[in-house]
Amino acid sequence: MNRTPLRPLARVLEAREKGENPDNIEKENRRLRHEEMRDTSRLRAEGRLLVLGVMFFCAFGVIGARMGTIAASEAEEPRAAATGSPVVTSRADIVDRKGRVLATNMSTYSLYAHPQQMIEPDRAAQELGRIFPDIDVPALAARFNDPKRKFAWVRRSISPEQRQAVHDIGEPGLLFGPREMRLYPNGAIASHILGGTRFGVEGVHSAEIVGSAGLEKFMDERLTDTKRDGAPLELSIDLTVQAVSEEVLDAGMKLLNAKGAASVLMDVKTGEVISLVSLPDFDPNDRPNPLTEGNASDSPLFNRAVQGVYELGSAFKIFTAAQAMQLGLVNPNTVIDTKPPMKVGGFRIGEFQNKNYGELTVEEVIVKSSNRGTGKMALAIGVARQQEFLRNLGFFDPTPLEIVEAKGGKPLLPKKWTDLSAVTISYGHGISTSPLHLAAGYAAIANGGRAVEPTLLKQNGPQMGMQIMDPQSAAAARLMLRKVVTEGTASFGEVPGYHVGGKTGTADKPKERGGGYYDDKVIATFATIFPAHDPKYALVVTLDEPVETSGEKPRRTAGWTAVPVAAEMIGRIAPLLGLRPEFKRGQLETIVQTSN
Amino acid sequence: MRTVLFLLSALAVIGSGYWAYHENYQTQDELDRVDALRRDIGQAHERMAMLRAEWAYLNRPDRLRDLADLNFARLGLLPLRPDHFADVDQVAFPPPPNLVEFSEPIDVTSAGAPKP
Repeated sequence: MNRTPLRPLARVLEAREKGENPDNIEKENRRLRHEEMRDTSRLRAEGRLLVLGVMFFCAFGVIGARMGTIAASEAEEPRAAATGSPVVTSRADIVDRKGRVLATNMSTYSLYAHPQQMIEPDRAAQELGRIFPDIDVPALAARFNDPKRKFAWVRRSISPEQRQAVHDIGEPGLLFGPREMRLYPNGAIASHILGGTRFGVEGVHSAEIVGSAGLEKFMDERLTDTKRDGAPLELSIDLTVQAVSEEVLDAGMKLLNAKGAASVLMDVKTGEVISLVSLPDFDPNDRPNPLTEGNASDSPLFNRAVQGVYELGSAFKIFTAAQAMQLGLVNPNTVIDTKPPMKVGGFRIGEFQNKNYGELTVEEVIVKSSNRGTGKMALAIGVARQQEFLRNLGFFDPTPLEIVEAKGGKPLLPKKWTDLSAVTISYGHGISTSPLHLAAGYAAIANGGRAVEPTLLKQNGPQMGMQIMDPQSAAAARLMLRKVVTEGTASFGEVPGYHVGGKTGTADKPKERGGGYYDDKVIATFATIFPAHDPKYALVVTLDEPVETSGEKPRRTAGWTAVPVAAEMIGRIAPLLGLRPEFKRGQLETIVQTSN
Repeated sequence: MRTVLFLLSALAVIGSGYWAYHENYQTQDELDRVDALRRDIGQAHERMAMLRAEWAYLNRPDRLRDLADLNFARLGLLPLRPDHFADVDQVAFPPPPNLVEFSEPIDVTSAGAPKP
């Protein structure tokens, strides 16, 4: 670029000749040069601004366009992102303590119809009636022929074979939707624990499974919690033990002509319920409808072990004896006079078959099951202390078991707790509790005096509940329970090697309409702990209206009914629980010579 | 010199463009493969759940008990009872192996032995 000089010599000379100031020329030139410089720099600045403006416009344009597309387009999952596991939407499985499946899901199909697409609605209805015998064919045909109807359910869930059969009808208006179905592969085993499910909100493409009873209902939130990634719910139940308990109890119930039976097996330290049986039972895959008339407790849906509250009779006596020893009122060798008469509140206290045992030690009171003996101990304990003890053992509230039916098992207590109530309750009358309550109470005696709450969920360690009796009293009570089996009313309860200890209870059934008790209907209970010297498990077996008819006259006491059933059960389940029998040498197999 | 530089940069543009497209297509292929795998995993999960249910159904205690009863002649399976337990010293030692006794001299032949 060639610059014009500020003081061109020619013009300076010219100006000097004219007598003008040559500095003006320089000034003028400088002005011109500055104007030129200004123009170029403005041009450059304007160019830069324009570029910047365009860049900003493009940047915001891109952002705006992206926002627009994101807002307007369908959402889609990121394909490249490394997701760990897909979100689990199905209901979690339920497994037993060893991981065996108790409840799982199975994908099946639902069957629905679009009547407007149907070619031969009447034939389709007839064919469907052949595949599903319980379907009402005329009603279905009427629904298919209804011109206003655009949609009709036919079946909620069908098997693959049925699906093929429906395919073979060849009707284009019959359509299938995917469906998850709850499956209980073990059938009736543990049916009262699991409860059942039904379909909640239903759509064509899926349906929600909601619990309708038992554990399924109680644990609904836990089972459908997607955060847990479908991890199965582990129960404390042992499937094998549960199956064997049901088998033995069912055989015992039929043999003894009982109309119902229940059993509870509990770990005495952890409170885990290993098996819980109530008979008659049902198949949760095909849950029967609740009874609409008659007594609800006659329905197979009724859980006798948890919902059924019964007067469990003499099995309660051990609590009175244990408390009396705990309070220091008696020791196992204290002699109590059990001779008649004994009157409390104008009411005569009698013994079984009006026996008179005379003077008995506390231990013998339990072994011989003397009502008057325990009654006298209860009077010494007093109403307030007895109430507190039983409340601590959990006899005042429904059991906290994880099934919805547990709330229904609220014990029936006397409205006014008089001295007479204290005496009758001391031998298990006037207080109605469930067999599960009794098992929890026995577990407290068995584990050295700590209260336990029964639970259906697998536990990691012992429950350190409240210490309600000292270990010495509990140990003395266990010794008494052992003696009931070795020399008392439960002699059939001996299982070689397992040192069973327990207490029988036979209570007359109260009449439903009030007004006293039946003479020939009893609830027979045997509450046991085993092995008695170091108890691991508590077992309660209850039979409803059993009668043993091998003798000359029918026998109904627990010693003849519930005890043999419980002994058979222990003989079967203890090896399965990993308990090694302890035999004294020479006890195992002996041949005894007999003659007629 | 300038032409060489120009040619080089043009080649670089073409090369990077090719590389970018190549990577893009490879990524798309991988994503398709991941989708397919995920579908397979989902189906495998479903199949596994089905098989687990079937396993549980076939191993239900009622069926096993019936099978054990049916095949009692062959298997002789009984419910486990307390008297099936025993001490270690009640278990008999295995019988000694049958040794062939010979005191007379015998002929030994090498017939059938591999040839050296």
